[in-house]
Amino acid sequence: MRYAMAIDTKKCVGCSDCVVACQTENNVPIGYCRDWIVESTDGTYPQLELELRSERCNHCKNSPCVRCCPTGASHYEQGGIVMVDHEECIGCGACIASCPYDARYPHPDGYVDKCTFCQHRLLSGLKPACVSVCPTKCLYFGDLDDPNSDVSKILKKRKWKRLIPEAGTDPQLYFLI
Amino acid sequence: MKTRRQFIKISAISAGGLAVAGTAWSLLKDLSLKDELKPAWTKGEPNAHIPTYCEICFWKCAGWVHTDEEGRIQKIIGNDADPHCNGRLCPRVTGGVGMYYDEDRLRKPLIRTQERGKQVFKEASWDEALEYIAKKMKEIAAKHGPESIALFNHGSGGSYFGNLLKAFGSDSIAAPSFSQCRGPREVAFDATFGELVLSPERTDIRDSRCLVLIGSHLGENMHNGQVQEMSDAIDRGATIITVDPRFSTVASKSKYWLPIKPSTDIALLLAWIHEIIYNDWYDKPYVEKYTHGFEELKAHVKNYTPDWAYGITGIDPNVIYETAREMAKASPAVIVHPGRHVTWYGDDTQRSRAVAILNALLGSWGRRGGFYSPEKAHIEKYPVPEYPKPTKTWRDSFPGKFNLANEVVASAISEASIPSEENKFQFRGWIVYGTNLIFTLPDQRKTIKAIQNLDLLVVIDTMPMEITGWADVVLPECTYLERYDEIRVSPHREPYIALRAPAVEPAFDTKPAWWMAKGLAEKLGLGAYFPYNDIEEMLDWQLKKLGSSLNEMKKIGVKKLVRENDDLYFNGLDDIEFNTNTGKIELYSTAFEAEGFDPMPKYTAHETPPDGYFWLIYGRAPMHTFSRTANNPNLTDLMDENTVWVNPSVAKVYGLQNDQYVKLKNQDGIVSETSIKVRVTERIRFDSVYMVHGFGHRQKQMKRSYRRGASDSDLITKVLVDPIMGGTGMRGNFVTFVTGEE
Repeated sequence: MRYAMAIDTKKCVGCSDCVVACQTENNVPIGYCRDWIVESTDGTYPQLELELRSERCNHCKNSPCVRCCPTGASHYEQGGIVMVDHEECIGCGACIASCPYDARYPHPDGYVDKCTFCQHRLLSGLKPACVSVCPTKCLYFGDLDDPNSDVSKILKKRKWKRLIPEAGTDPQLYFLI
Repeated sequence: MKTRRQFIKISAISAGGLAVAGTAWSLLKDLSLKDELKPAWTKGEPNAHIPTYCEICFWKCAGWVHTDEEGRIQKIIGNDADPHCNGRLCPRVTGGVGMYYDEDRLRKPLIRTQERGKQVFKEASWDEALEYIAKKMKEIAAKHGPESIALFNHGSGGSYFGNLLKAFGSDSIAAPSFSQCRGPREVAFDATFGELVLSPERTDIRDSRCLVLIGSHLGENMHNGQVQEMSDAIDRGATIITVDPRFSTVASKSKYWLPIKPSTDIALLLAWIHEIIYNDWYDKPYVEKYTHGFEELKAHVKNYTPDWAYGITGIDPNVIYETAREMAKASPAVIVHPGRHVTWYGDDTQRSRAVAILNALLGSWGRRGGFYSPEKAHIEKYPVPEYPKPTKTWRDSFPGKFNLANEVVASAISEASIPSEENKFQFRGWIVYGTNLIFTLPDQRKTIKAIQNLDLLVVIDTMPMEITGWADVVLPECTYLERYDEIRVSPHREPYIALRAPAVEPAFDTKPAWWMAKGLAEKLGLGAYFPYNDIEEMLDWQLKKLGSSLNEMKKIGVKKLVRENDDLYFNGLDDIEFNTNTGKIELYSTAFEAEGFDPMPKYTAHETPPDGYFWLIYGRAPMHTFSRTANNPNLTDLMDENTVWVNPSVAKVYGLQNDQYVKLKNQDGIVSETSIKVRVTERIRFDSVYMVHGFGHRQKQMKRSYRRGASDSDLITKVLVDPIMGGTGMRGNFVTFVTGEE
């Protein structure tokens, strides 16, 4: 099993519902976030292009954050989800520095926190909160090993890119372009 | 210090760039920050799912409020059965929890103790506050008649105060959403098709093959169901054509972006009409069967060629031709969207008429992929005595004006509260429910002047908005998460009903609007008009009449009823009588002609900015609804101030840098009260600036929004009144930059 997410930049309107849904689902304190929106504009008026992306932890196959964690708090779980064991985490911040995507933040309770693909929801058969809520249905989630999953199907159909592939982390967020 | 918060701001990112995040160690300083725990002000049933519909915008999506193991409000998720949201909410509904948890909420009734506007109040009991209002209302009625009290309302609870006012003897019940927002399109579509556009709009985007947006920024206005259908349309490869001086989010998703010169939209619309007619692209059988005045229209637009429009709009004639062709190819599954906030330049009803005419020529009204015919559930009125007939109405203030307005003109009531030669009937008291009139009505000085002439101003709100500072009595309402309201019956493809039930008890000393209105009615001796002890009694009675019950609705939240008529679309052959003077779709408006207005729209040149000034364009952000959300902790976390968008060529001339704070000064020398951050971006024309409406608050009590960003309302001092329906055009204001302060 290999969990992954695809984000359709052609449909995302940058409304940030994924951000607030994640905050209320996961009790992320106000002022912090596990996912966020990036807007990038190319060109000069009036020849312009705009890309909107909902970003989060890439749940990399080769995660620098797991490798550099001195206590083993950062680890892989089933489906390749990168998780942080809050009890084991000493809040040293090495993982934050190592992440090319800046996906982690120091939780005020003293540990490092990040996207979990809403593992607790997956266990009860639900999709991650951001995927369930998105009004434009621009987020696709599922198991890449299952050819019938939403994410497998859309990746076969559409062109995509990954962010900072040169970092060699084998990220599992796919941006449809 | 850069914090992760900058991640989630979608502004101020340079061309082609990624967001730059603060990293590692600088962030760890934040460790001292305390987790903002959810205060357990009130509790409900633990681990429960309570049905609600959202109160943050008019779209009113239905959802479920989830409580945690302690019975505190945890989150809100969408109701799958609701066609307004299809189980998927927008950030404002999801962030609706913040409306409840906002610690700056109004908590106690307040009575003013010093002169108006000084904001010195004493806390009062409900009995004292309602007694005070009742006494004043009786005094005003004795001296000037009950008709001289008006209601301004925006939101679900307003209907109870509406009923109270009707029982009292006044029918001046105004929604600023008419004359400050959607009024022109309603009057124009009414004149053309004999029917209104309504909310939610009857646009059949789901099945549309071509969607034309004129200044409408779908996606930035998160009108949920519409945005969802647009997203599906993108998947299906529908053509989107966006006309906007700004490269809006939807412009970036469009096949054609027409960066029009502001104020020239009618010229573009006339050229499109010209192309559709003279290239024989119109829906001939439809036009022949259903419309009135085609030959007159054909002659009228004869000279309005794309070349003519090019000189005015700056849009390439070939693009005008091509986009008209795209619309014709998709006909009748094409929507030239009526927009929503359309009070721009004072000729807005005529512009909306051009939109309606274009739709008629394309045969999209009443057709699949165009405009469907909605139905809504009929809720039986709880039996009350007949309302007294008012002897005067708001129309008597300025006799003969705005005869075609099909709703009350809020700005005219404000104007009629100021004594003048012209004003034949002066308003003396206002009840203001859920609308921050200081920001809602243009020309703040005039609004404040009107308020200073009142004998009574009552404000009902959940937050200490600017308008509360001017009130004689402030009544704190509990949020929609803590109350019942009327059954939602908004029109849709099928009639649906939705229930709002309280997830928790009202916090502090706040009350629902129905309770306040009933209490006030009793003090006025009008208790017979509120003949129920509790609203649950009335809701259950009404629901049973519809074959449901309060118990059932508490379990399902949303219920689909059966359409009475099988006329979602018409097939183009049916015999139909339209509700106009001629019984036809009026390309040539007999109603306008009878009132002395142009029966067909004309282009008039508007004033352009003087040297060194720029069109002030304003709009919306998806995470906010005007002032209403400006202090919501969850939503300010997504966006806590607005920016002024400036083209790089302009920034260069004025030496403006990204993130620099400036003030804006308008053509009348009025300077914005607060400063606003500059966003240098290619996404705006060189002759315009853009800002999101609803920021720049100066109510100290609202700590998160206090002086964050600037208010466009400060700068809208020139108001272009639409002579047809009294709409207040607000896009005729020009601004320049004031640097060197702050």
